Amino acid sequence: METFLTIELGTWMFLVIGAVFSGYAILDGFDLGAGTIHLFLKKEESRRIALNAIGPVWDGNEVWLVIGGGTLFAGFPKVYATLLSSFYIPFILFLVLLILRAIAIEFRSKEPMLWWRKLWDIVYSFSSTMIGFTLGVVLGNVVLGIAIDENMIYKGGLLDIFNPYALLTGLTVVALFALHGSVYLVMKTKDRLSDRLVNISKTAGMFFTICYVLLSIATLVYVPHAAEDFKETPILFGIPVVTLLLLLNERWLIEKKKYWLAFLSSATLTALLLVTIAIGLFPNILISNIDSAYSLTIDNSAASQKSLGIILTFVLIGAPLVLLYTLFLFRTFKGKVELDDMSY
Amino acid sequence: MDVEILSRLQFAFTIAFHYIYPPLSIGLGVALVVFEGMYLRTKDKHWEQLTRFWIRIFALIFGIGVATGIVMEFEFGTNWAAYSRYVGDIFGSALAAEGVFAFALESTFLGVLLFGWNKVSPRVHFFSTVMVTLGSMFSAIWIVVANSWQQTPAGFKVVGEGMTARAEITDFWAMVFNPSSVDRIMHVWIGAFLAGTFLVLSVHAYYILKDRFVEQSKKAFGVILVIATISALAQLVSGHGSANGVAVNQPAKLASFEGHYDSLAVADMYLFGWVDDATQKVTGVKVPKGLTFLIHQDFTTPVIGLNAFDKNDRPGLVNFVFQTYHLMIAIGMFLIGLTLLSLFLWWRGKLFNQRWLMILFSFSVLLPQIGNQVGWYSAEVGRQPWVVYGLLRTSDALSENVRAEQVLFSLILFTLLYAILFALFIYLLNKKIQHGLDFSGTETSKHEKNIKL
Ligand code: HDD
Ligand code: HEM
Ligand code: HEM
Repeated sequence: METFLTIELGTWMFLVIGAVFSGYAILDGFDLGAGTIHLFLKKEESRRIALNAIGPVWDGNEVWLVIGGGTLFAGFPKVYATLLSSFYIPFILFLVLLILRAIAIEFRSKEPMLWWRKLWDIVYSFSSTMIGFTLGVVLGNVVLGIAIDENMIYKGGLLDIFNPYALLTGLTVVALFALHGSVYLVMKTKDRLSDRLVNISKTAGMFFTICYVLLSIATLVYVPHAAEDFKETPILFGIPVVTLLLLLNERWLIEKKKYWLAFLSSATLTALLLVTIAIGLFPNILISNIDSAYSLTIDNSAASQKSLGIILTFVLIGAPLVLLYTLFLFRTFKGKVELDDMSY
Repeated sequence: MDVEILSRLQFAFTIAFHYIYPPLSIGLGVALVVFEGMYLRTKDKHWEQLTRFWIRIFALIFGIGVATGIVMEFEFGTNWAAYSRYVGDIFGSALAAEGVFAFALESTFLGVLLFGWNKVSPRVHFFSTVMVTLGSMFSAIWIVVANSWQQTPAGFKVVGEGMTARAEITDFWAMVFNPSSVDRIMHVWIGAFLAGTFLVLSVHAYYILKDRFVEQSKKAFGVILVIATISALAQLVSGHGSANGVAVNQPAKLASFEGHYDSLAVADMYLFGWVDDATQKVTGVKVPKGLTFLIHQDFTTPVIGLNAFDKNDRPGLVNFVFQTYHLMIAIGMFLIGLTLLSLFLWWRGKLFNQRWLMILFSFSVLLPQIGNQVGWYSAEVGRQPWVVYGLLRTSDALSENVRAEQVLFSLILFTLLYAILFALFIYLLNKKIQHGLDFSGTETSKHEKNIKL
């Protein structure tokens, strides 16, 4: 096994992929969340402002998903193959939702008729919400473990995927994104619209807190391997505590009108949720609930050492570039949204 | 129907639909760079109007390209799990490189290109346009490298056997520069330039016919015609290079292109024809010994025919490959004739009075589109029954757990969704074209507000 800075390449790859998906959840999370709360904004102008707040950035955010998919395919081909084929129907629905969402954003402003705009508003909001939900359901199943046999082939049925634990994870993700998205919109708007969004963010925050507490309890009860981790390393109990503190802190920052910091707190919350899951999994990636010997781990599913080295080199060169572009983009469009003739 | 047929249908349908948009994005990107560059240099209002008009069309096309591309990225895992495990090392690196180096560039600067007209300086905006165009060309490189590796694998070794067999990279650069990648990247790029330039030509020919925006349209038509002519000629050279490569690396595919069965015979080249697989006869108009000459530069050396391969190791749909391949070449030749003639008339100052030619141009946007589609069909169907040429069969590449009903469900879903998407695309494209170039002046801004609010 080759190493870099004393850590094995496979482990690096695991960390990189975790970081990319966290980046995705933080970035696309806020524009998906903005979609979830979209219908709570009633006026046409408010909806346009909300859409234009994500207009220049949502596509760049989605690229993190593309990069995540690519690095997973490259780094852990067996996980990519098994995960996507096991969850065939959920992933197909996910893809369909992504398309619906992209065209809703794209087409909405192209016609002035009210019914046209209402229609696409509904499609946009529904698809944004369901994308988060589907991702959450998949995540929930990854935490629980799935029925894969010794040949990495899924033996479960479609209904096994939609189990209560996974559904609860789905709801939690939706609530988290809604909170994150509403705070982003608060930051990008002013006056009454901004006040309205502050209220929405309160509701979303409450909804998330409830889901999160339920999910934490369900995890201790239904996910034995996670519970074991917690027993062995009691310090992990700190994570839910930190999460709840962050939530309180975010409320406080919003009251103080420190919106940018509030946005950073919900970004941290999002990352924390994924980090918790990654710690729980490591060094497994896809746990088999038929027999733990069949689980896909970092060691048995990574690409060749050579290939890992190549991809990690790409990441090393590419990551600063991507960060640079992202900063440039967010700087160019910083400040409150103003509508002009190039807007949606 | 079985899972294999359904998965192939679904893959072919979704990629072919996706492939309507990338060539237009790449080609229009080039046109935008030209228009905006001219605007920066001359400060002429007309170039500004052209730039802003085409940015709007570009936005529409690009958006659908992105939406349909994400499907492709995940479809390898959903439908072709065995394939994904086999090629993960190689394909994955190309796809990861594409995301990191191309898509990130493309989509970030796209934000500035579409929304930054009033936010950034003209130079920064122009820079963004160039970056988006470069990004889309880079993405073509990586995806075509991945596909070319499947056609002509190189720089790898096979590890393991049966279920666990997989290709591992041994030499990254040999993988990237596998025997067909350079030829095919060129061919795909030029095909994209043709698709984009002919869209521009057709819209402006239409305006000239309708007597709208005539001055702007003539300016645009001229420069773009030059690019289109160069591309059409270059496509012949590049296609010839590809054909020579196929002769060396995939002889069964080349034999299907020309319906050539008997390895002991010199081979003819057909202008058009019909292959009867049962009798192994081709009827049509041919250049006798043409293929032999193209490949060996003489009239006597035989060319390997389809019968040199076991029935299970060669493409089944010979006539289909033959037809798509010949249609592509016919279109290529026609475009060369059309652009050269138009360039001559333009030089003589007579181009824009030829109504028939303007009518022809209005419809000509379809030709490179068809060329791009059928070109891929012949390259991909000609590769069968292999998904990785000579190594992995398409029938061994499927997801083991996915059942026919599931694929049927997703296929129907994609078909419905794409049908709606395509109808809306045509509707909105037409609307933008009818709306035309007039939106930047002050007198139109009120009108704009009405549309927007
Ligand atoms: C000739 C070039 C070409 C070819 C053969 C393909 N694509 Fe494509 N693709 C592009 C050229 C392109 C592009 C020009 O870069 C697009 C189209 C419009 C756009 O937004 O980017 C794009 C978009 C696009 C996106 C969205 C990127 C984003 O979010 O910005 C993905 C994930 C893919 N493609 C993936 C694929 C895969 C997996 C393919 C093969 C099976 C594929 N493309 C064939
Ligand atoms: C955008 C251009 C492309 C077009 C138009 C295209 C077209 C097609 C078509 C028509 C088929 C069906 C062949 C058959 O069923 O006989 C096919 C199959 C396939 N192609 Fe491509 N293709 C393109 C790009 C790619 C790329 C870039 C890759 C991968 C790097 C790829 C990988 C495959 C795979 C895995 C299959 C399925 C197995 C098979 O049926 O051969 N294709 N493609
Ligand atoms: C003018 C004469 C042309 C010749 C001799 C030619 C030749 C070829 C050959 C031999 C291939 C197969 C390459 C392979 O399988 O590796 C091919 C593929 C292809 N052709 Fe052409 N071509 C011509 C014109 C065109 C035109 C006008 C277009 C579109 C505008 C086009 C688009 C394509 C595409 C998209 C592919 C599939 C990608 C690839 O394999 O490179 N071609 N062409």
